[in-house]
Amino acid sequence: MAYKIVASQCTGCSACEAECPNAAIREKGGTFIIDPKKCTECIGYFETAQCVAVCPVDDTCVIDNSYPRYQPKA
Amino acid sequence: MVEMIAQTSSPNIDAVIQQVAGHKGCGTTANSGKASCGSAAGQGDLPAAIWEKVKNHPCYSEEAHHHFARMHVAVAPACNIQCNYCNRKYDCANESRPGVVSEKLTPAQAAKKVVAVASVIPQMTVLGIAGPGDPLANPAKTFETFGLVAQGAPDIKLCLSTNGLMLPEYVDRIAQYNIGHVTITINMVDPEIGARIYPWIFYNHKRYTGVEAARILTDHQLRGLEMLTARGILCKVNSVMIPGINDKHLIEVNKAVKSRGAFLHNIMPLISAPEHGTVFGLNGQRGPSAQELKALQDDCQGEMNMMRHCRQCRADAVGLLGEDRSAEFTTDKIMAMDVTYDLDARRVYQEAVEEERQAKSAAKHEELSKLAGEESDISLLVAVATKGSGLINEHFGHAKEFQIYELSTSGAKFAGHRRVDMYCQGGYGEEDTLDTVIHAINDCHAVFVAKIGGCPKADLTAAGIEAVDGYAHEFIEKSALVWFKKYLAKVASGGIKHVNRGDAQIRQGALISAA
Ligand code: SF4
Ligand code: SF4
Repeated sequence: MAYKIVASQCTGCSACEAECPNAAIREKGGTFIIDPKKCTECIGYFETAQCVAVCPVDDTCVIDNSYPRYQPKA
Repeated sequence: MVEMIAQTSSPNIDAVIQQVAGHKGCGTTANSGKASCGSAAGQGDLPAAIWEKVKNHPCYSEEAHHHFARMHVAVAPACNIQCNYCNRKYDCANESRPGVVSEKLTPAQAAKKVVAVASVIPQMTVLGIAGPGDPLANPAKTFETFGLVAQGAPDIKLCLSTNGLMLPEYVDRIAQYNIGHVTITINMVDPEIGARIYPWIFYNHKRYTGVEAARILTDHQLRGLEMLTARGILCKVNSVMIPGINDKHLIEVNKAVKSRGAFLHNIMPLISAPEHGTVFGLNGQRGPSAQELKALQDDCQGEMNMMRHCRQCRADAVGLLGEDRSAEFTTDKIMAMDVTYDLDARRVYQEAVEEERQAKSAAKHEELSKLAGEESDISLLVAVATKGSGLINEHFGHAKEFQIYELSTSGAKFAGHRRVDMYCQGGYGEEDTLDTVIHAINDCHAVFVAKIGGCPKADLTAAGIEAVDGYAHEFIEKSALVWFKKYLAKVASGGIKHVNRGDAQIRQGALISAA
């Protein structure tokens, strides 16, 4: 149901925070975290996950497999 | 601090020379096609309106950067493009000193810092927002900061550095906030070349890559530049010289930005080493040598004003360029400060500096006239150890950087800085300081110092560089020209043979120490 941020790779640049359509991203201790309850994988807003597209470090915003994929309401 | 102000405000200390080099623009008008250090006013051939805007601006006027200071605040961490010379863990290698992480501030903290610094340092006349990210990728924070500073310190000039991607959208806001100067980093005008510099951009909620990304970027940069100059906002263009990728192409860039009204073009060397972790660092892309850089700057000089005094200083640096007082103004200290902002005191100080500048102008002409009549094709570089004020006043061993002057019968022309400080610890292992210095100034015939020990003097001589300590605490240009006259006489009498010097290295190790 969500993306997550690999904290060890996050530069703390905050670029993702401003792009998230669900305000799911916030700072925590210098790096950023995604609230899995708010993240919709950008479904319903954009073609691609905004955090992934804007993040300067590859493979830092990734699917969190501990959650089922987001199911848009029909 | 007291010392610094005393140095720069005392009329007789600064009252001589340095003026030849004193203003980079050096009177290259947009169309004259040749550089001439012309006017007594320091203004060169710049139109009065532009001179008025730049004369107190340390990043634009080479003359001003000896007297006035600017500061940057890091309120804009996010970026919207990826550059192969950038490692986002650190500040932008283009706008700031590589390898140093700026302290991130909220707009309110940043504004308080600016007002606090300006109330203590009257020569602080410019606030820039440059990075670490792109200010226009963080528009809310950027404009809030400008707004607060305009309220708290209304005499401070505002400026902005951007990669240009979002410029067309924000030109009106930039004008509305009275931002007088904008710096755009333009490394190419050909998307094919751009694709080798920028892996991707993020625009309109989408990531674009390759040539398509570069096409959007160059289109926005050039359109943004046109829109800014149409509104009378002064634009400087920064370019990073990347040998084998855009080095020759930068002449095209120079033409393109000149034709769209940019008033200064600053070509900077790529700083690149594997330890930086950048794409270029890792794939072995080298930076240019000092000679390559100078040759390109010379090629472009005929086209428009070039800027050679840029030291690629850190984004959050406080002080005159080349001097950093950030430690006095940490966020904690600032938030605890009680600030009174004295507009009048600041104005008085700035007027005194203006008088000083005029005095220097007159002195320059006197010095130049003494060289008149000398005829020689010889042109050579010399390095100078200086703490500022236009004097040869630094010991060789203490110098963190050298100023480079190009001497010819037309005068002494400031040609740039060479950093030799050891803020890079470990970059080159056990490399000897003296070797570092010799590499950095290897293209110079002489180095002027206030004092130097016997050993380094001998080593320099062995490397073919004359150590000159006979002009300690005298004015740089006057001394250099007197020395040059003697040099020419010796060459003429056959006492010495003039040989061309080799190339010099631009230090690459900066990233390691990360203060
Ligand atoms: S995938 Fe979209 S919704 Fe989820 S955190 Fe990233 S930007 Fe926000
Ligand atoms: S964009 Fe990437 S690096 Fe920047 S804060 Fe978000 S996760 Fe971290």
